[in-house]
Amino acid sequence: MIERRPIADFVGHLILIVTVLIVAFPIYLAVIAASHDLAGISQVPMPLLPGSEFFTNMANALLEGPKIVGVGRGTSALLLMSNSLIMAISIAVGKIIISLLSAFAIVYFRFPLRTFFFWMIFITLMLPVEVRIIPTFKVVADLGLLDTYTGLVLPLIASATATFLFRQFFMTVPDELVEAARIDGAGPMRFFWDVLVPLSRTSIAAMFVIQFIYGWNQYLWPLLIAAAPEYQTIVLAIGRLMRAPDAYEEWPLIMAMAVLALLPPVVVVVLMQRWFVKGLVETEK
Amino acid sequence: MAKVTLKGVKKSYGQVKAIHGVDMEIQDGEFIVIVGPSGCGKSTLLRMIAGLEAITEGTISIGDRVVNDIEPRDRDIAMVFQNYALYPHMSVYENMSYGLRIRGMSKSDIEKRVQRAAEILQLQPYLQRKPRELSGGQRQRVAMGRAIVREPSVFLFDEPLSNLDAKLRVQMRLEIKRLHQQLGVTSIYVTHDQVEAMTLADRLVVMNLGRADQIGAPHEVYARPATTYVGGFIGSPAMNFLSCRVENGSGGPRAVLSDGTALALPTAWSVPPGEYTLGIRPEHLRTARPGETPHLMLEVDVAEELGADTLLHGKIAGEELVARVPSYAGYHDHSKPGLITDITLAHLFDKESGLRIAV
Repeated sequence: MIERRPIADFVGHLILIVTVLIVAFPIYLAVIAASHDLAGISQVPMPLLPGSEFFTNMANALLEGPKIVGVGRGTSALLLMSNSLIMAISIAVGKIIISLLSAFAIVYFRFPLRTFFFWMIFITLMLPVEVRIIPTFKVVADLGLLDTYTGLVLPLIASATATFLFRQFFMTVPDELVEAARIDGAGPMRFFWDVLVPLSRTSIAAMFVIQFIYGWNQYLWPLLIAAAPEYQTIVLAIGRLMRAPDAYEEWPLIMAMAVLALLPPVVVVVLMQRWFVKGLVETEK
Repeated sequence: MAKVTLKGVKKSYGQVKAIHGVDMEIQDGEFIVIVGPSGCGKSTLLRMIAGLEAITEGTISIGDRVVNDIEPRDRDIAMVFQNYALYPHMSVYENMSYGLRIRGMSKSDIEKRVQRAAEILQLQPYLQRKPRELSGGQRQRVAMGRAIVREPSVFLFDEPLSNLDAKLRVQMRLEIKRLHQQLGVTSIYVTHDQVEAMTLADRLVVMNLGRADQIGAPHEVYARPATTYVGGFIGSPAMNFLSCRVENGSGGPRAVLSDGTALALPTAWSVPPGEYTLGIRPEHLRTARPGETPHLMLEVDVAEELGADTLLHGKIAGEELVARVPSYAGYHDHSKPGLITDITLAHLFDKESGLRIAV
């Protein structure tokens, strides 16, 4: 915008700043709560300035973890987070690979019932995990995949959204590029690896961010599959701590874990954002 | 290098027939231009030769091999596309060498070929750049470079210059012509631009509605168009067409226009009397000198001055007519010049079929 409108600018900034404050305040509170000891945080009103226990709480959460009711010992946030990380990365990478391949098949190959398969994939968009969770659980349980990473990841890997997104992207790739590759002698998979995948880099980055956060935030599925503490994810653990009845709730520890749980998605978004911008600046096609 | 033979080549999409049967023999090293308006089937024909479209009927051979069922990569062809179709994420060097890398050629051979092509096309300074950092003309050269490095026996060009601006188009046209002289590879070039067609072609194929109306050398197509369509398409401004009735009078055959104007036809022409279409090129009309009896009186409504020449647009016997006269003749809008035509250069076509009448 080249025109200068001071009042509009002021109002715009005001709205932005207020919204940011509203969004950021709970996170600030979590950080504050993580920096006091239990006595400090239990005061009324709750303190709004940082205390001195931040690193102690963090170390405590990371290495020992709060006690989960019904489980004798605490589970360290380090283990929980590495579980979450394995799950989120596997889901994101798996989804991208499967979606790229299925979108490739749907856009570039003429096979019987092509449209039928496309619509079948598309319709599953409308079915959230919760709807099909009992049959899915049954299948996973029968396969003996309870309390395994495979069980955590596999059922969540198929993705209609990503397939759809890649299909839309592939359809914008000019036909001449396919023809040029055919004349150059590239077979279908060669074309896929040498041309389509590099061209989809920015879409892949976007999908990775979205699916990583989706995987990281999974709650219901790990709740069913991961009974053993060593397969629990951090989101699951926080949920359990919060709902502990009559328990001795270690709020500073819980908040420290919440802050820790926030970090990997933030890191992914911040790192990938550079890719987005790059992708937007250099319009390739 | 190879010759290309088309025998009864047809293409239909379901019920719709796109190509109605083309027969053509392209000699080794020949530069063939397929020209025609949008939708005439010229690109389809080229894509069938390339192997990007299936052939419904007939055969296409490259060299001595029928290629109907052979994949594009094995046809020993290279194609230059209208929108260049460069791989956007690869550098110029990678773009040019991609086909060779797939064939598993050694690095040093690839290097040699790419360097040689880059030299011919003056692309050496740009080898490490991405296509988006190049201008339209440079991209077009990369697309040609990609074709050259493959050292194919046939080059296929699909309207390669239509995305360039007018000046660059003229320049690239010349470069393509030089390239062909230098490499001597059989080339098939599709365009809708008749200037490109006339200047580049050894032989011209004029396509109309899925048929090859005429195949011949440019001067031949210009001098003896086989149909009214070809006559109207080749030559700028387009040939004038006047409906006429041919009568055999005492002084030899005459063409009588609808307003009664009579043009004496050469006495050597033996044409049965009847209805015909008379074709006269604008450049074969001139204004009458003082003392001459004009053949035609033109009512000019618009005069377009091009510099050296002026195009006089007007009507004769209710039909549009254009005359190309030297600008110094001094005619302007709404003047009424008398025109003289060299009737031996006129063309007579059948009124119904539009086919040329041999006279």
